[in-house]
Amino acid sequence: MLKGGVVMDVVNPDQAKIAEDAGAVAVMALERVPSDIRRDGGVSRMSDPEMIQGIQTTVSIPVMAKARIGHFGEAQILQALDVDYIDESEVLTPADEAHHIDKWAFTVPFVCGATNLGEALRRISEGACLIRSKGEAGTGNVVEAVRHLRSIMGDIRKIGQADSAELFDWAKQLQAPLPLVQEIAETGELPVPMFCAGGIATPADASMVMQLGAQSVFVGSGIFKSDEPAKMASAIVEAATHFRDPDILVKVSTGLGDAMKGLEIATLETKLAERGW
Amino acid sequence: MLALQGAFAAHASIIESLGVATIEVRTKEQLQTVDALVMPGGESTTMSMLLERSGMLDPLRYRLNDGLAVLGTCAGMILLAVDVLDGRADQHSLGAIDLTVRRNGYGRQIASFEADLDIVGIDEPFHAVFIRAPVVERAGPGVEVLAMVDGQPVLCREGAVTVAAFHPELAGDDRLHRSWLADAGLISI
Repeated sequence: MLKGGVVMDVVNPDQAKIAEDAGAVAVMALERVPSDIRRDGGVSRMSDPEMIQGIQTTVSIPVMAKARIGHFGEAQILQALDVDYIDESEVLTPADEAHHIDKWAFTVPFVCGATNLGEALRRISEGACLIRSKGEAGTGNVVEAVRHLRSIMGDIRKIGQADSAELFDWAKQLQAPLPLVQEIAETGELPVPMFCAGGIATPADASMVMQLGAQSVFVGSGIFKSDEPAKMASAIVEAATHFRDPDILVKVSTGLGDAMKGLEIATLETKLAERGW
Repeated sequence: MLALQGAFAAHASIIESLGVATIEVRTKEQLQTVDALVMPGGESTTMSMLLERSGMLDPLRYRLNDGLAVLGTCAGMILLAVDVLDGRADQHSLGAIDLTVRRNGYGRQIASFEADLDIVGIDEPFHAVFIRAPVVERAGPGVEVLAMVDGQPVLCREGAVTVAAFHPELAGDDRLHRSWLADAGLISI
């Protein structure tokens, strides 16, 4: 039910309110937005339950929260908090270098990141019910999001053209379960919704990734690191709806102040997208 | 399909499979061209804001008043009801069906559930998926209740307006859409 919408990162109830007022379909509660995580360094963990509860009582839209990759202990706590979705996220410091969380062991739905189709299908086989292309969080630079989205959508299109024998090779190349590959060949799409995250900073960014096949967008640092968060938030919401209508996009892109500053990918010390496998 | 936000694509593919053409409605100009409208599930607060910002509230109220056939599911039901409880103070109600609904009345995402419904006019049970669904707390005298769960209405009709608290587009079952399209005079059964 989150399709065609914007999920916004928030670090306190005030920001959550701004996000809901702007028309977010959900908020992601986290301790620091990715650009601050990147700047501050250190181990980044699940948020304080009190902060999450504060956000849950402030807004009526779904509240998501992040657990570290492989950290089923954090996920159990988040489930007990009644969060609406858990994001097993590379933005936090991974807790397990070999295993993602067995998401089938939970009743709360999980969202997971992916840089390519194989990664997406492995997460789905572990029980993820929503995939987001990872992009490079906290950079305000959309180039990695585009790379990941194009890779995933491109491979889905190629699988749609493959014959039944070639699907075995696709499963091998992608290191993904054959039945999921066969399902893609039949339906022409991922078995779960596909959103886009990591580096989206403007309405134009949202419009482009939606046209590339994302069904919704996650915006992290892009809103609360911009000059005028409330304006930027509602502009990105409108862009996610009217993503094919350049006339409306002109209107919503006008007078927003500066977007977040952004980082060149080549200068990064840590690439968050490389976390997870 | 009202395509401001939400699960409009799944409705569209069912309706197209029944031989009826669909368009995605995001502007008031597009709204004027349709014979019937689906208002899909999603976030009612988001859709309410986008209806306002795209200048569609009044044109939509006008067409509803004029007898436009509408199927509203989940968030669509909330928007079409007369009264909304636990919504945002600034959330718009279209007032097209005499219901009082409580937003997220069944609880958060984790309280989502499935149920087999006996629906008036449909022979075999219909498997329904409820996701953060609204609860109907009051149905006015002019409202026909077509299905219930635990004594609460989950599928209602008043005039040309049909609303469901659940997601018929996720059932892999086109019977509800078929009967709505037939009532709207767009297909014959």
